[in-house]
Amino acid sequence: MFTAIVLLFCWRKVAAQRVASVVGNFVSLTISIMLLHQVWNNGIQTMQAGNWSAPFGITFVADVFGSTLVLLTSIAGLAVSIFSTAGISKARMRFGYFPILHFLLMGLSGAFLTGDIFNLYVWFEIIIIASFVLMTLGGRKPQIEGGIKYVTMNLLASVIFLTAIGILYGLTGSLNMADLSLKVAQVQNRGLVNVTALLFFVGFGIKSAIFPLYFWLPSSYHTPPSAIAAIFGGLLTKVGVYAMLRVFTLIFVPDEFVRTTFTIIAGATLLTGVLGAIVKTDVRKIFSYLIVSHIGYMIAGLAMFNEAALTGALFYLVHDIMVKTNLFLICGLIFKIKGSLEFKEVGGLYDEYPKLSLLMAVVLFSLVGIPPLSGFWPKILLFQGGFSTGNYFLIISIIIASFFTLWIVAKIWAEIFWKTQPQTETVQADDLAPMKWSRKTLLVGPVLMLAIVSVYIGLGAENIMAVSHHIAIELLDPTAYINAVLGPVAAP
Amino acid sequence: MELLLVILIGILYSAGIYMLLRRSLVKLILGLILLGNGANMLIFLLGSLVKGNPPVIPDDAKALTGLYADPIPQALILTAIVISFGLQAFAIILIKRVYAVINSDDLDHLNTTEEEV
Repeated sequence: MFTAIVLLFCWRKVAAQRVASVVGNFVSLTISIMLLHQVWNNGIQTMQAGNWSAPFGITFVADVFGSTLVLLTSIAGLAVSIFSTAGISKARMRFGYFPILHFLLMGLSGAFLTGDIFNLYVWFEIIIIASFVLMTLGGRKPQIEGGIKYVTMNLLASVIFLTAIGILYGLTGSLNMADLSLKVAQVQNRGLVNVTALLFFVGFGIKSAIFPLYFWLPSSYHTPPSAIAAIFGGLLTKVGVYAMLRVFTLIFVPDEFVRTTFTIIAGATLLTGVLGAIVKTDVRKIFSYLIVSHIGYMIAGLAMFNEAALTGALFYLVHDIMVKTNLFLICGLIFKIKGSLEFKEVGGLYDEYPKLSLLMAVVLFSLVGIPPLSGFWPKILLFQGGFSTGNYFLIISIIIASFFTLWIVAKIWAEIFWKTQPQTETVQADDLAPMKWSRKTLLVGPVLMLAIVSVYIGLGAENIMAVSHHIAIELLDPTAYINAVLGPVAAP
Repeated sequence: MELLLVILIGILYSAGIYMLLRRSLVKLILGLILLGNGANMLIFLLGSLVKGNPPVIPDDAKALTGLYADPIPQALILTAIVISFGLQAFAIILIKRVYAVINSDDLDHLNTTEEEV
C-alpha cells in the first residue's frame, strides 16, 4: 500500500527524460488507484516507519481522504507532465525541470499520507523548496520578482508552523496526530490550545492563501510557465486546505470562537478573491484571484462543520484540483496560439479553433457550476449545510461569489473567444497551427483528459458524493483513524 | 536557564519580525534566519530542559530511570536546522540573482509585475 511513496523516491534517478517522467506518472496513477481501492474496501491502512509502534515512531496513514487526494495528485501530475513534454522549453529541462516536478509530487503525496505533525512539516518543506526552484527556473525578471515574494511568505509560514508544533509538543509531549487528538482534548488550558490552533491556522492559511494572507499568490502565480502554474494552482494551495481540514477535525475540534473566525475569513476570502479577479485584464491573473476566491468555499465548509457542509467542501476540493489545473493548462494553450494573455491583445479564438474553444468552454462552465457540470453539486451541499446551521452570512457570500465568477467567465469568453482579433502592433505568435500533429496532441491531450475528469465528476456526481460523504463522516468521527494508528487498546 | 532562554527567544522573534518589516532584501533574509533560530530554541525550551542526563540506557539497566533529557526535541531541531539551512542557502542565492537582475536591493523596486493594472 505504501509503494506510491517508495516509487516516488525512485523516479528522480530516471526522470531526467520526458518518457520516463510520463511513464513514472502512469505507474503512480495506477498505484494510487490501487491504494484508494484497498483503503475503500479494507479500511484505513497504516505503516509504522522502522517498526516503532505508533506514538513514538513516524507513522504513515492512508485513509480515504488522504488516498483520494493522492489519486488526484497523480491525475494532475500526469496531465502536467504530458503537457510539459511539449510545453516547456529545452533550456528548462536541462536545469532539471522533471526531477524537481517529481520531487514536488512526492512531497504532495507524502504530505497527504503522513500521520505525524512534524513529518507534515518536513513534507511541506520538500514541497516548498521544489516549488521555489520551479518558480524561479528560467530567471526572467517578473519570475524572480514573483519568486522572492513567494519564497519569503512561505518561509514565514514555515516558521509559524514550526512554532506551533513546538508549542503543541510542549503542551502534550506528542507528535503523532492520532495521539495528539486524544491528548489535546485533555489539556486543561483551553486558551493556550486556542492560541496554538490559531497559529496553525495562520501557518496553513498563508500556504492556502486565505483572506488577509493571500496577497503573495496573485503576484507570483502568473509569472512561471503555464505547466508549472497549473500544478501550483491545482495542488499547492490545496495542501494548505488539506492540512487545515485534517488538523482542525482531528487535533483541534473547533469551538464557537474558532468557528466564527473561520466564518468571517471564509466570507472575506470568497469576496476579495472575485473582486480582485474582476479588475484584472490578464487571464492568468484572473485565474490566480479565482484560486483565492474558491479556497473560500472549502474554508466555509470547515466553518459550518457539519456533515453536509464538510461533504460539500471535500467535493469542492476534488472538483477544484481538476479544474484549476486545467485552467492554467488552457492559459498555456491560449498563450501558444495568441502569444499574449491580455484582453487588449487577443480575441477571435472561436473563429480559428472552434473545437478547442468548445473544450475550453466545458472547463469554464464547470468552474462556474452550470448544473450538470462539476462545480454545481458541492455548492448545493454547502447551502444545505449552511441552512441547517443557520449560517446566512456564508450563504450570501457564496451566492455573490458564484455570480461574480459567472460574470468573469462570461467576460473571458466574450473577450477571448468571440471578440474579433484586435489589430495591435504586437507580433502574432501563432505557435500551435504550424506545429507537428504529435506535439499538438501532447498539448491538447491533457486538457481533454482533465476536462473528461471534470465532466465525470459532474455527471457521476453520486460516486464522488459517496466518497466525499465517507470522508466527511471519517473526519467528523476520528475514532476509526485513531484506532487504526494506535491500535484498539488506546481508544477511550 | 529557562528564563534566559525565554528572553532570548523573545529577542530573536522580535528582531526577526523587525527585520522582516524593513525594505532591504538582505535584512529580509536576516530576519527569516533569526525567526528560524527562534523557533528552534522554542522547541528546545518546550521539550523541558534537563542538565547532564543524556537519554542513554546504561549497560546494567533495561529502561531509563529518573530525570533524563527528552531526545525528541533534539531530533526535531536537528531536522529543522538542516531544512532551514537549505532554504536559507536557496534564499541567499535568490537575492543574489534578484540583485543582479533588478540592480537594487530595495523591495519597492519589485513591483513591476503589478503595475499594469
